[in-house]
Amino acid sequence: MATLELSIGEEVAVTPVRRTRRLGPLFWAAIAWMTFVFVAAALANLLPLPSPTDMDMLERRASMSAQHWLGTDGLGRDELARLIYGARISLIVGLCAPMIGITIGGALGMLAGYFRGRFETLVVGSMDVLLAFPPLILALAVTAYLGQSILNLTCILGVLGIPAFMRVARAATLVLARREFVIAAQGLGATHARILLRELLPNVFLPLFAFFLLGVAVTIVAESALSFLGLGVPPPIPSWGSMIGEGRESLEIAPRLAFLPAVTMFLTVLSFNLVGDALRALTDPRQGAL
Amino acid sequence: MTEPALLSVEAVSVDLPTPRGNLRAVDQVDLRVGAGRTLGIVGESGCGKTMLSRAILQLLPRKARLSGRVMFDGQDLVGLDPERLRKLRGRSLAVVFQDPMTSLNPVLTIGTQLIETLQEHLELDGNAAKRRSVELLAAVGIPAPEQRLMQYPHQLSGGMRQRVAIAIALSCEPKLLIADEPTTALDVTIQAQILDLLAREQRRRHMAMILITHDLGVVAGRTDEVAVMYAGRVVERAPTPALFKKMRMPYTEALLAAIPKIDAAPHTPLPAISGRPPDPTRPIQGCSFSPRCRYAAGQCHREKPSLAAAESLDHQYACFHPIEAAAGATA
Amino acid sequence: MLGFVARRLLYLVPVLIAVSLLTFLIASLLPGDLAYVILGDQATPEKVEALRHDMGLDQPVWWRYISWLGHVLQGDFGRSFRTGQTVLQAVAERLPVSIELMLLAEIIGLAIGVPLAIACAVRSGSAFDRFMTGTAFGMLSVPAFLSAILLIYLFAVELRWLPATGYVPFREDPAGNLRFLVLPALTLAVAEWPGIMRVLRSDMIATLQEDYIALAKAKGLKASRILFVHALKPSSLTLVTITGINIGRLIGGALIVETIFALPGIGRLLVGAIYTRDLIILQGVVLLVAAGFVLMNFVVDMLYAVLDPRIRHGHA
Repeated sequence: MATLELSIGEEVAVTPVRRTRRLGPLFWAAIAWMTFVFVAAALANLLPLPSPTDMDMLERRASMSAQHWLGTDGLGRDELARLIYGARISLIVGLCAPMIGITIGGALGMLAGYFRGRFETLVVGSMDVLLAFPPLILALAVTAYLGQSILNLTCILGVLGIPAFMRVARAATLVLARREFVIAAQGLGATHARILLRELLPNVFLPLFAFFLLGVAVTIVAESALSFLGLGVPPPIPSWGSMIGEGRESLEIAPRLAFLPAVTMFLTVLSFNLVGDALRALTDPRQGAL
Repeated sequence: MTEPALLSVEAVSVDLPTPRGNLRAVDQVDLRVGAGRTLGIVGESGCGKTMLSRAILQLLPRKARLSGRVMFDGQDLVGLDPERLRKLRGRSLAVVFQDPMTSLNPVLTIGTQLIETLQEHLELDGNAAKRRSVELLAAVGIPAPEQRLMQYPHQLSGGMRQRVAIAIALSCEPKLLIADEPTTALDVTIQAQILDLLAREQRRRHMAMILITHDLGVVAGRTDEVAVMYAGRVVERAPTPALFKKMRMPYTEALLAAIPKIDAAPHTPLPAISGRPPDPTRPIQGCSFSPRCRYAAGQCHREKPSLAAAESLDHQYACFHPIEAAAGATA
Repeated sequence: MLGFVARRLLYLVPVLIAVSLLTFLIASLLPGDLAYVILGDQATPEKVEALRHDMGLDQPVWWRYISWLGHVLQGDFGRSFRTGQTVLQAVAERLPVSIELMLLAEIIGLAIGVPLAIACAVRSGSAFDRFMTGTAFGMLSVPAFLSAILLIYLFAVELRWLPATGYVPFREDPAGNLRFLVLPALTLAVAEWPGIMRVLRSDMIATLQEDYIALAKAKGLKASRILFVHALKPSSLTLVTITGINIGRLIGGALIVETIFALPGIGRLLVGAIYTRDLIILQGVVLLVAAGFVLMNFVVDMLYAVLDPRIRHGHA
């Protein structure tokens, strides 16, 4: 029997039309907050702030005043200064650790997704093994045995992030390596290195970067969690996490000591999550028409 | 036209708001189906026939706007109380969808999907429902029905799955069965079997049936009346023999001509209709078919023809230049 | 079906071996001579040498690994030099606490997340849906220790309904036990429910658009049956994965909550072992936790097959 199938289906009418996500006001608010925190942290030295480590035993847990805009903490240190210097630490660790992840994990993922075969199985298998370990325990073991320092913390948090970046890079590479532009390059006789660097990397980079921002959020949380327990950034260096931890003891008298750093941390993590998520939706390689 | 129709679709239109503007999927359609009679609705993809069937069942997407009346067994289904509507569906009104792989739930057994309908509408207990299910499966021609109850849809072939879907539809003795392209997703060899099954059951149960298809060949000999749809409207309607003998719409003629004929000479080119159906969000001024019609003249591009009767009241068409001569060989 | 199970079990073996190797290497390569630590002040070079020889620490790494693995496979995970307990005894003591916490947390998380997910999926696109989705997203940025502070402030400090720290075993005092566990479980649940809700919601939205749901409606079935039998079952696969992985992760990973609320669970056992340099405990417990996680993934895979018969028969 004959068929007269033509392309316009009634499905156009039945399923809801996909609205393209545009960057709404929340996105820009998040960018604004991130910029604000960055700038404040970067310019901390230049701002007219009291030192974050100067203790003033007579002014402990003082409320807001002209001298101390946000009051002082349990040891008389200026709260605002500690918040801003704490931002520094969070951003330093938060940005550097995922760098380790994105470079090593990204490279491994791209290579695994491109070359496939036993190399891929080996890489994926080792990441699976790494993922089986409770990450905080590993981080604790490192800081306990190798010493509590910002460097150690950054390194271990960076290493722990490698499997996740590997997965994202591999997934993106698997999708892209079958697209026409790669086959075309191979047909033209391009070497593997050239294809990886010139064709795949620019396209894999975008979803990786979106994931990087999410990684920053996760790292800030992890660093804060460890510092909260006193096992992260060594005192007296201020960190949001340790401030919250210290503030916990004053919950009855001065709850703001815990809540100010908590809110700041929440807003920062939320901003990175919002921006990362928005970018991820925009750069998902599966939604390309190529 | 003496007895009141079981189903009477009156001036039904379906509008869908889309970002590109309002989409009129169904445009002022009138249809009637008498008890025990079969109506065929024929048209290309996108002509609105599936939307029409959803409109009859009151299962349109949330955003759709329906106007007109759908009288079923004396009640207007439009705006009917949802609970009463739910009791009608599956019981008096049944439907068979196009693709049984997607219309049957893949994680539930065949038995569950049959029994739940029986228990919901006929309030049978577990054992009685099971026995009835086995009978139904046997009636639609499925071998070893007891074993099938425990199986999952993916374990059956396409033809079998559609038989199951038919069994489900027939389970509560519906008064009207809507079969929406029931054979399109199946192998050509199975299509005839399924259509014959439907026709047989329809006669046996004195059930009204609406057979929706894009293939004119399917409705020949299996329907009492045919309505041809194009761009959301009914453009020709006639009792089946009359349609094939004396079709009026150039569109119907083109549809018929596109069916390959067994006695044509080898390598005869198949006349396809050039062009594509119109974009429903941008209605054409004048007759919707005019861009593709080979008889189109000036008036066709300016005005929309309305349905008018031919020599008998049963046969209606909407065209300014209907074909007068009798059509060629039927399929 | 058996073939499917057998193949997955076979994959487990190399993974578990690799996990044990990595655990052992990490524990042995950590600096700080164990013998010195044990002897403390009494450490003279001769005594240190003698102890090292006794404990087999002067043997090469690979020998020590094989020896340890051999013992482990016979059920002997070693004995803590601090407390004299065997690893298994220590774990047996602490495990019920962690399991109870984790189960409560997951149950509460599901109790919040699943109904919300269904409600949002049914009203997809509405103001309610957008509000709940936004809230869930926001909650993902609130880590466990923050919720802990908030909940402690609310319930322990302001309202004084619940205690902030402490624990009593279920056998001794069921009511008290639950009282102590409510805040910690709630803290973890607050972190869990957004993930659960998002995943189930998007799954259900996709499922609700399927043809078989339209047919179920056309059959005149009750809305509750359509939702909970026709729609929930196919959507539950991802939910099972998430729950399984969460449970696996929580056993070793709830250490922050255990520390804040002073609960004697596995997490705190590990932290303690790190600080007292109790490497035997550290090795043994980490191996058990990691192996548990791997096994949990395996169980999840099996559950997949149960829930989706297509996978069972090799169709997927």
